Amino acid sequence: MRAMVYRGPYKVRVEDKAPPPIEHPNDAIVRVTLGAICGSDLHLYHGMMPDTRVGMTFGHEFIGVVEQVGSSVQSLKPGDRVMVPFNIFCGTCYFCARGLYSNCHNVNPNATAVGGIYGYSHTCGGYDGGQAELVRVPFADVGPTVIPDWMDDEDAVMLTDACPTGYFGAQLGDIVEGDVVVVFGAGPVGLFAAKSAWLMGAGRVVVIDHLEYRLEKARTFAHAETFNFTEYDDIVVHLKKVTDHLGADVVIDAVGAEADGSFLQHVTTAKLKLQGGSPVALNWAIDSVRKGGTVSVVGAYGPLFSAVKFGDALNKGLTLRMNQCPVKRQWPRLFEHVRNGYLKPRDLVTHRIPLEHIAEGYHIFSSKLDGCIKPLVVPDGY
Amino acid sequence: MPYTAEKPPPARTSEELRATIPGWGVDLDPRDRPSVPREQPSTHLTGAHWDFPERQPEKWPRERSVEHKFLTPVFGTATPPRGLSGGIRKAAYRYSEGRTAHWLLLVLADRVDAQESHLRSFLTLRPDNPITQTGVLSELRHHPIRSRFGVKRTDLVHQSLDPVVVAGPWVLAGAAVYVVGRRVLRSLRGLMR
Repeated sequence: MRAMVYRGPYKVRVEDKAPPPIEHPNDAIVRVTLGAICGSDLHLYHGMMPDTRVGMTFGHEFIGVVEQVGSSVQSLKPGDRVMVPFNIFCGTCYFCARGLYSNCHNVNPNATAVGGIYGYSHTCGGYDGGQAELVRVPFADVGPTVIPDWMDDEDAVMLTDACPTGYFGAQLGDIVEGDVVVVFGAGPVGLFAAKSAWLMGAGRVVVIDHLEYRLEKARTFAHAETFNFTEYDDIVVHLKKVTDHLGADVVIDAVGAEADGSFLQHVTTAKLKLQGGSPVALNWAIDSVRKGGTVSVVGAYGPLFSAVKFGDALNKGLTLRMNQCPVKRQWPRLFEHVRNGYLKPRDLVTHRIPLEHIAEGYHIFSSKLDGCIKPLVVPDGY
Repeated sequence: MPYTAEKPPPARTSEELRATIPGWGVDLDPRDRPSVPREQPSTHLTGAHWDFPERQPEKWPRERSVEHKFLTPVFGTATPPRGLSGGIRKAAYRYSEGRTAHWLLLVLADRVDAQESHLRSFLTLRPDNPITQTGVLSELRHHPIRSRFGVKRTDLVHQSLDPVVVAGPWVLAGAAVYVVGRRVLRSLRGLMR
């Protein structure tokens, strides 16, 4: 089969790879019909995530058709059209039993601090991902769901991570009616978080980024006020000014490890790999939220330490909430919202990259060329 | 507005927002959201039909965190450790996730793995090609000038370091080979005199 393969920082190619075998009785093999490159894939691409091995296939956002099932699979059969959450989870461990699917204890031998994620380094379990023609899907009775007939493929693939993660980020903010919500990052997750904040009754939603074309999308897709932080000497002071010097009720960090805004923070993280993530957006979130407010973190950070301003978080009495999104828990409600037209995930898709050209797709996304917000990956023949 | 107990008045009322933003307030009740409360019984929702999953066969000594009691019943089988980088990875897994040594050794192993794999690729019919693998050729067709100039992007400063990250190890390796080779040649000439 053809598959994207990591060749070292900033380098990927497509290779012929052996098709994945059934390794466990509850595995399925899925033929990928549509995948995506996530902003967090860029952390792997840039060599920032420890234990990212040359030869690995990335991709944790994908949908497809079931090709083969293991002997114990009951809920799927070959030919089913399925969407697969980015989390791999067993469904019955201590954490899954409490709904914390992203924190499953039975799928990642390499680390206890994170669950299993497709194509996301050995730190997340060492599973190959869906930027390929075929992918192994463990716990086929637990993770994947048959795509409803009415759902568009591009909506479905956006519902495997970006959309639910943004929606989850808004939930972590514990938004109540009339709250002022600030979202750092106008990538897909930030845009979904901003849109979701309205669904939860926000009175005002503000999105911050430095890429003007993404801020334009925040205004049209998420109905948000926007500020380009490069236009202000100090974005935190500006946010205080526009919130009566109280600060926002809720701030959502939808940027994560490669945040811009501080050359030192970015270079020590993304280039020198000395931090788990550049905490610029997180520190701005801590500074710009009001005392007693809530900071929600859904941007992805690596496991190494980061220079986070915990002192200010303590002194302001903040609530810091974060997790990888337990995707499947969000699906029933999000399916309703998509069907009712409240969320239109495919509106964020800007590029459709053939699998054979995936190196160019990574470069376009990483370099923010051509107004790129969300690139999908299309295997040959689809 | 002075610093008083009053909450600043909203720019738009809930009624105005409901009328203008599709779906405003459909998840208004904080108790009726999918991830509220954070922990909730959910085994009946997952489709699992086991208390503890069957164990996947272990085809090689699978590296695992020392914080785990045992090898998890299911695990990824991509890219087993190999070469010098594989040795460093196995050493890293002697330390817990709480130890900096664990992560720094893994970061080191990643760098060694990249160089080992590049060298190994030159023994194959498909050696690494930094031009095609970095996707840089896409620049020509995707508005490289318009995407970068006349816009207020802060990432351009460090983007200029990307070629250094990609080419730097090769330049250093080439310089090292040159210096060592020259010394070896000089030594050989000295011995022959």
